[in-house]
Amino acid sequence: MKILIVGGGMGGTILANNLARRMRNELKNGKASITMLSASDKHMYQPGLLYVAVGKMNPSELYRDQVSLLEPSIEFKVDPVTEFDLDNNQVTAKSGTIYNYDIIVIATGSRTHAEGTPGLAEYAEQFYTEADAVKMYKSLEAFDGGKVVVAVGVPHKCPMAPLEITFMLVDYFKQRGIWDKVQLHYTYPIGRTHSLEPVAKWATPEFERLGVSYETLFNMKEVTADAVLSEEGTETEYDLLITVPAHKGMQVIEDAGLGAGGFIPTDRQRLNMEGRENVFVIGDTTNLPISKAGSTAHFEAEALAENIASMATIGTATRDYDGKVFCFIEAGEGKATYAMFNYQNPPDPKAPTAGIHWFKTAYNKMYWASARGLL
Amino acid sequence: MADRKVVDAKNTFCPGPLMELIANMKQIEVGDELEVLSTDEGSANDIPEWINKVGHEVLESFEDSGVWHIVVKKTK
Repeated sequence: MKILIVGGGMGGTILANNLARRMRNELKNGKASITMLSASDKHMYQPGLLYVAVGKMNPSELYRDQVSLLEPSIEFKVDPVTEFDLDNNQVTAKSGTIYNYDIIVIATGSRTHAEGTPGLAEYAEQFYTEADAVKMYKSLEAFDGGKVVVAVGVPHKCPMAPLEITFMLVDYFKQRGIWDKVQLHYTYPIGRTHSLEPVAKWATPEFERLGVSYETLFNMKEVTADAVLSEEGTETEYDLLITVPAHKGMQVIEDAGLGAGGFIPTDRQRLNMEGRENVFVIGDTTNLPISKAGSTAHFEAEALAENIASMATIGTATRDYDGKVFCFIEAGEGKATYAMFNYQNPPDPKAPTAGIHWFKTAYNKMYWASARGLL
Repeated sequence: MADRKVVDAKNTFCPGPLMELIANMKQIEVGDELEVLSTDEGSANDIPEWINKVGHEVLESFEDSGVWHIVVKKTK
């Protein structure tokens, strides 16, 4: 059985390692192979960008060589896919090489789509690439006071990022001793301060306690040099604009016509592409109505690895993905909490503690064990 | 005839039915319709609230066996 994994992010990497361990014998005796195609020979710990943006991590801490994270039995190639031919079970990569497969897993991720909002790329700071996070930090360092607006596009990667960056900005300005010169204004697309109601019920009084103003039902329509205009017809002026831009799937997915916006229609339990039995999708690439987050990709990868291994050995899948998501929430002031939920059980976040903040800090290092499938 | 896309947001908590609707509105053409399926009773209020505020159109909203169906039309 030839298994092809397209994408070397968190989902693809955890899947590949988990699968390689489950199929050790089949890989050893040549009855199966696992090939991963990626756009880069480096693997980035993306959640670290949030810390880079406020000067709490250095970009050099975010990377490992991808091959160092993979089981030796996995064939790894830096050769991004340029064309999908799902009817004939093959893809073409940038090198011109055609790769055939019996099972393909698409885990190409998502990207910011700042250009979808006029003026955003020109005037706003963002933190979803190394270059953007470093640029944002430099802008913060040059900022001496005024109105800072946080604005959020839909959909976006990491549902906690809007809250986390806001609380981290409060800490940043306090530590610089200029909090009394800053008006921090948080905006959010729906009618409360976070999509998860229990999280919103905690965050809103926190904003009031800290002196952060907020405005809900605010969807960015256009950004000018000094104001953000919303789809809802309102406008808020800013001196410094921090954004979580709307995201799209990768261009190659759109170009191949696999899904609107680059997000592939996916079965929510079995994670196969709708209408295809040997095409699977994990992570941000799915169109599932759940959080675009590393933990989503992680738990999907674990369920899918079990299923693919079962398909290879007993001819059928054995497990459903239950919608599990786990998100840390950095709450500022050296504290954090978390939200954990699945398709059946809503989250019930507890009050932030220093212990969870330190666990998150430790996880920033333990991530590499997680990517290797050891945690 | 307008295209109608179904967004199945049943039994999901984050980003939730309204956020899913906002994301999907960007992917359809003016004149097309979205039908959001939600098991969150609040969707019957918050989706029409947003649609009306932004100036799109709510075509129908009903509950069937614990699932709310909210059908909207992109008008601009």
